[in-house]
Amino acid sequence: MSGEPAVVGAMAEPSAPMGEWARRLRADAEYVVLPLAALIVAFLAFGVFLSALGKSPVDFIDYVWKGGFGSAFSFQNTLQRSAPLILTAVAVAIPARIGLIIIGGEGALVLGGFAAAAAALPLVGVLPPSLTLAIMFVVAAAVGAAWIGLAGLMRTLRGVNETISSLLLNYVGIAIMNFFVEGALRDATNPNKPSTKPIGDAYMVGKIPGTDVHWGFAVGILLAVALYILMTRTTFGFAARMTGGNPRAALAQGLPVGRIMVICTMIAGACAGLAGFYEVAAIQGRANASLAAGYGFTGILVSFLARHNPLVIVPVAILFGGLVASGGLIQRRMDLPDATVLVLQGLIFIVLLASETLYGRFPIFKPTEGAKA
Amino acid sequence: MNEALLTVLIAMLGGAIRVSTPFMFVALGECLTEKSGRVNLGLEGTLVLGAMVAYATSYHTGSPWAGVVAAGCAGAALGGLHASICSLPRVNDVAVGIAMMLFGVGVAFFFGKPYIQPTAPRLGSIALGGFSDNPALRSALDVNPLFFVGIAVAALLAWGLANTRWGLIVRTVGDSAPAALAMGLSVNRVRLLSTLVGGFLAGIGGAFLSLSYPGSWNQGLSSGQGLMAVALVIFARWSPLRCVLAALLFGGAGAIGPALQSVGITQGYYFFNAAPYILTLLIMVATSSATRVSRDMPGELTMAR
Repeated sequence: MSGEPAVVGAMAEPSAPMGEWARRLRADAEYVVLPLAALIVAFLAFGVFLSALGKSPVDFIDYVWKGGFGSAFSFQNTLQRSAPLILTAVAVAIPARIGLIIIGGEGALVLGGFAAAAAALPLVGVLPPSLTLAIMFVVAAAVGAAWIGLAGLMRTLRGVNETISSLLLNYVGIAIMNFFVEGALRDATNPNKPSTKPIGDAYMVGKIPGTDVHWGFAVGILLAVALYILMTRTTFGFAARMTGGNPRAALAQGLPVGRIMVICTMIAGACAGLAGFYEVAAIQGRANASLAAGYGFTGILVSFLARHNPLVIVPVAILFGGLVASGGLIQRRMDLPDATVLVLQGLIFIVLLASETLYGRFPIFKPTEGAKA
Repeated sequence: MNEALLTVLIAMLGGAIRVSTPFMFVALGECLTEKSGRVNLGLEGTLVLGAMVAYATSYHTGSPWAGVVAAGCAGAALGGLHASICSLPRVNDVAVGIAMMLFGVGVAFFFGKPYIQPTAPRLGSIALGGFSDNPALRSALDVNPLFFVGIAVAALLAWGLANTRWGLIVRTVGDSAPAALAMGLSVNRVRLLSTLVGGFLAGIGGAFLSLSYPGSWNQGLSSGQGLMAVALVIFARWSPLRCVLAALLFGGAGAIGPALQSVGITQGYYFFNAAPYILTLLIMVATSSATRVSRDMPGELTMAR
């Protein structure tokens, strides 16, 4: 793990006093170099794991490249899969800024997607597609916001641990969808898999012109940028970050800490709900159990890897979108179980969290010492 | 109607005993870990990995009890990994728990795929219903020995934490790391051992899932039981004996759905399936407080600060 910073150190060996930009670069480099090093270490460990099973790690990297990034087709597939990841990762990042670890993205995604489908079905054929999609969009965001907002509310009013409550809400959300999809809203003409009726091709979200990628990807990026601005450039964002830094100080300053917490969790839920909306309205065309595909959980890892920065989430989500997209190819060509990607993700997550301990350990990243030299 | 109600109640009694056993083991493990001042949210992953390892070991060796031991060891390994990462400075134990949960489930699914089809020898049970002629009551009182092992472990833990030197050390480390340091104790080593033992117990809980009830290995075997057990420890206010009672309560709640199904009420099956989660949430809302931390909470827990 120490190899990576050493290389940077060799490049940035200063003899003259550094300028302001160089000092900032030096301090920020730590936040780039350490997660990258963690990623590399996790991939190396995974390579050892594969080798021990008699599989070639080189083949693995090759298939991830081919399946996720190598061709225009596979890269567009990757972007398509990164759309829900951007949204579910933002759903982790915003509460994380105020010190809440929320992992309820999966449930909010499922419920948001289901609510969008349920709202659309009576409107199909009655209202024009654009209006129907707008209603679905709003319903999905509102249901998601209410769902994760509930975790924020329980935390504020009753001090309930938000990590546990949001994870429990996942199971309740999936159960609610199953209840309707296998009951009142089941499409009787589809005997294979319990689903709602399809909303129909005319009512689906279109593709970004010139690509095969649906609009959810663009909306995800826009939301990430907007939320980055909200959290870094506005009064609300300042208050939220202050709450995250020290809730007692924020309270002493007269900030409405409880309200800020609930609003941040509602923003998070709205994002995850929208991820469900795009999964239903752009990919599946109906709501069923495939909505719970694990995007909510991968999003947690994406957000932690991006250090809860919405702008950094976008490239990290694309990276993991590629990993998810290449899962099928890896499964078929290398004869590995579909849980292979899960093992790799868990490994990356563990190494990444362990790397937290390294911050501030390398003098090369310290701007003050750079200024002295 | 009365007979149907009796059938439901008997099915719930049997269900409570069966469903509560994995809750009990995970909750006892988490209770010990939290007493030492650390939260291990990864026990959900431990439970699933334990179930897989137990099933695979039982299939290969033909001995379900070897499976139970192997599951415990797998759980202890995951616990050791969690504890050693958390012993590094500035690492968040809750986040590591989430990572361990994903990792444990991933590893279990990865190696567990070949074991979904074959049948492994299951744990036998002790028939306690011999006095009754009612077949429903008899099957409800076919109790797995692990249930009694769990109660024995709870009693041992309760006694050990309160009355032994080891118990005092664990409680000191959990309540105040500086005090423990001043006593010359190694905080990280005590927490490592507590998390190891906690993982071992949670792994045994997993073995119960795959070797007794439901009694097979598949990817949907555990759906949040490990996590509910963590919430249950808060509800039980860090007392091993109250953990047993809380586990029985949760087991009863989890048994409502199948019990109603046994008399032909399938309406709202998914709602009753969700009942344990909703019950957990309601209990957490009712027993937590925004303004004060529970008196019984170990002072070193991240939740307490």
